[in-house]
Amino acid sequence: MTQAAVHAGAAPGAVMAAQANNEYLTFTLGKEEYGIEILKVQEIRGYEAVTRIANAPQFIKGVVNLRGIIVPIVDMRIKFNLGEANYDQFTVVIILNVAERVVGMVVDGVSDVIQLAAERIRPAPDFSSSSFDTKYITGLGTMDDRMLILVDIEKLMSGSDMALMEQATLQ
Amino acid sequence: MSKAILAVDDSASIRQMVAFTLKSAGYDVVEAGDGLDGLDKAKGRSFSLVLTDQNMPRMDGLSLIKSLRGLPQYKATPILMLTTESGDAMKAQGKAAGATGWLVKPFDPAKLLEVIKKVVG
Amino acid sequence: MSQSHSDTQAGDASAFDMGQFHQVFFEETVEHLDNMEMLLLGIDLDAPDAEDLNAIFRAAHSIKGGSGTFGFQDLAEVTHELETLLDRVRKQELSMTREMVDALLASRDVLGGLLGRHRGNGDGVPAEVIAELVARLRELAAGTKSGGEAAQAAAVAGRKIVIECGPIEADAPPELRERLTAALAGLAQQGSPTIEHDGAVLRAGVTTLAGDEEIRESLGFVIDPARVTIVNIAAAGTPAPAADPGYGFFDDAPASAAAAPGTGEAKDPGYGFFDALPAQPAGAAATDAPQGPPRSYGRRATDAPDVVEAKAGRRGHDRNLVAAQSDATTIRVGVDKVDQLINLVGELVITQAMLVQKVNDVDAVQQQKLLNGMVDLERNTRDLQETVMSIRMMPMAFVFNRFPRMLRDLAAKLGKQIELKTVGEQTELDKGVIEKISDPMTHLVRNAVDHGIELPEARIAAGKPAQGTLTLSASHQGGNIVIEVADDGAGLSRDRILAKAMERGLTVNDAMSDQEVFQLIFEAGFSTAETVTDVSGRGVGMDVVKRNIHALGGRVEIHSTAGRGTCITVRLPLTLAILDGLSVSVGGEMFIVPLTYIVESLQPAAAEVRTVSGRGRVVQVRGEYLPLVALHEVFGLRPEVTEVHKGIVVILETEGRKTALFVDALVGQHQVVIKSLESNYRRVQGVSGATIMGDGRVALILDAVAIARDMQAAMAEAA
Repeated sequence: MTQAAVHAGAAPGAVMAAQANNEYLTFTLGKEEYGIEILKVQEIRGYEAVTRIANAPQFIKGVVNLRGIIVPIVDMRIKFNLGEANYDQFTVVIILNVAERVVGMVVDGVSDVIQLAAERIRPAPDFSSSSFDTKYITGLGTMDDRMLILVDIEKLMSGSDMALMEQATLQ
Repeated sequence: MSKAILAVDDSASIRQMVAFTLKSAGYDVVEAGDGLDGLDKAKGRSFSLVLTDQNMPRMDGLSLIKSLRGLPQYKATPILMLTTESGDAMKAQGKAAGATGWLVKPFDPAKLLEVIKKVVG
Repeated sequence: MSQSHSDTQAGDASAFDMGQFHQVFFEETVEHLDNMEMLLLGIDLDAPDAEDLNAIFRAAHSIKGGSGTFGFQDLAEVTHELETLLDRVRKQELSMTREMVDALLASRDVLGGLLGRHRGNGDGVPAEVIAELVARLRELAAGTKSGGEAAQAAAVAGRKIVIECGPIEADAPPELRERLTAALAGLAQQGSPTIEHDGAVLRAGVTTLAGDEEIRESLGFVIDPARVTIVNIAAAGTPAPAADPGYGFFDDAPASAAAAPGTGEAKDPGYGFFDALPAQPAGAAATDAPQGPPRSYGRRATDAPDVVEAKAGRRGHDRNLVAAQSDATTIRVGVDKVDQLINLVGELVITQAMLVQKVNDVDAVQQQKLLNGMVDLERNTRDLQETVMSIRMMPMAFVFNRFPRMLRDLAAKLGKQIELKTVGEQTELDKGVIEKISDPMTHLVRNAVDHGIELPEARIAAGKPAQGTLTLSASHQGGNIVIEVADDGAGLSRDRILAKAMERGLTVNDAMSDQEVFQLIFEAGFSTAETVTDVSGRGVGMDVVKRNIHALGGRVEIHSTAGRGTCITVRLPLTLAILDGLSVSVGGEMFIVPLTYIVESLQPAAAEVRTVSGRGRVVQVRGEYLPLVALHEVFGLRPEVTEVHKGIVVILETEGRKTALFVDALVGQHQVVIKSLESNYRRVQGVSGATIMGDGRVALILDAVAIARDMQAAMAEAA
């Protein structure tokens, strides 16, 4: 399973499709940096007034209006106990397209979009101290001297502990 | 300039099939849903050929043919009846009404084009 | 080429893909079948309307034409028989009888089943059923008018067959042969059969209208039917299909054997021309037509008896409410396009509302001009919205249409006599609502027929006419559509219902109002029917009916008088997408309460709010004590107003009972666009949907029925 090495100046065209498959959006939660597949990201917005939903778990902030569609917003910092959950003009919401739904997640900040060649990704060790259940972590990536925790965001969002989706209705 | 054909039939699926077939062969096609509609459209512009079904609401095929023959611009225009039978009775009626000829239903697109070509080229 | 659903290939249509026309053909055929059924149900057997008979014929004829063209042989075969029968009836060679109507209705069902299979729903129709139907239709078509106009009967072409009877034992009595001959003669349509003996076999050539079954039956009196062999030769008078090229011209031009009636000779091309073709333009691919001068035809008298001259427009009582597919001034529009249009207009309404909000923040002078503009905008938007919504509006007749047939069959089955009356068929409602209301309505009608209306003897004993009446009505009332199913039957028995409820462990008491008692019949598994008929009575229906109606944002009420009858009233919003609601605020959040459940809102005096120990609070409103639901408790919010007499109480009426909802304040009345909460999130208890307010924020729409129910349940538990 080798991917074409992606270097500056590498042959364009045929390699394009392969590139999209290892492009990641990186963001920060607390002290750590995470990466998710760019294809799952619909857009990035600021945090706006949310309509609360009764009796929902704390980390589900409520729903917002995204150009006419009702979208639930989850605060990852609360859910995974990562850092402080502040809401100011710098707070970012990543709008995701996962499991045929639109869902938003609040993070501390968005870094950039990067390409990670396969050789830069290592499998994640099974450390149980992590806040994330490691079944959602697809690997650890290295870029310069940054360590990126790569997450299967679709699996995470559809999982029952996120309480976002009725489990019975998922395919 | 492509030749214009008026296709009169109360069945939308048949009309569509006829229109599609004839248009693919380069003819200009106008559809009508019954005899009265057909007469109306025939008066509105001149057609090189009229194809008409027999059994339709409001005005049937034979009546349409007779009405068309009463109009000066359609005295000599080829008019073909689409008919489900080819017996003597039908032929007699068609001829009496002034039809140029007939085409038996069901027909397939290839046959339709063959006949049309014979008539208008 | 053709879709996989059709049995046979659609001929070798060279490069043409006929499959693209199938969908239109299917839809057309459904319309024809529905039209046929409606006309058949409306026929007056004593004086059938000629135009209606023609219309029924045309429907069958059209289906036959299309199914032949697109290769659906099974449909074509059945409709051919239909057409034969209907042609004779409309030409008055036969009179329409009740048996024929039954057979024709049965045909419609068979055709529907066959069509369904081609479309991919259902398993079609078993071959025996089809064969039986075909035989039945043929028999009916073969009958002659009681006036004995046998000459006209000859117009139906019999088929030429050879019947072989044998082996006949050498020692069989000679009368056997005579009797056989006589029986064979009886089968012949005209003339006498040619009979020859060939040793042990008697062979007869005969032209007959009788089907194989009939032949065997009539000969069965004389000889063992197993010894009868029937061989088809040809249908007299029509060419063997294979040789028929299918067109012709009315001239004696070569190639096309135009004038001669095809009798199995080759070369009938299936088209023909009567006279010389009009002069061909230069370069045209003119072939065999002699280039004589074109004739002028002029008008000719015709004596064709079956040509129906156009009457002025359609008959006044045009009962065909489906837009006539032959009317070329309508267009078919995909539902998805309409839905998209509606979404866009919904967005427009929201944007406009947002603008109004912003405008209010601008200074007074500018504001006036802006406001005027906004007023215009609002009016334009509202008009646009109404127009667009009206595209989806269809008359109630679409729901009512299925009932005449259903009632006829059901009443016959149960031995009851029932007349159906419909009022307000033209009342329009949204297509989506129509689709979802049909099943509940069907159940209500079934129920009324099965349990409401009594058997004729019982009715007479009660001093009522033997025939019961079922009245379906629809009307617009204050932004809702109101549908009623009323019968003049036995009515509901309050006592029986209460008894049954107690039996089933439901919480009831004698103090309940009639309305509340009657609502019990909507509880799951509830049926006071003494015997379970297979029509209804298994008790699984009514709760589903109610649930479906609630899911549509509607409500259902029952009124009944023992011995006199029952009336079930269904109230529905006009559309599924828009809701009239009252916005209320609680703890800084805004909620929408559907107007349809609101009776009134008020601010009670402190003394009117009481606590019932262990059961919660109640509010006294005009002598009634209503349970109080504090919305902030339901949703876990911190309210801005804690004392009921300083806030607002909204009185709801759901399922026949009233509940008082305590909120901080009323905000206003709005018409809101309903948005789904569940598409991206999940079902939230107490919430039926969401909407976007003028400030762009999301507001949740309350599920009034659920909230009232939960309160009811909680109080019952605490008791």
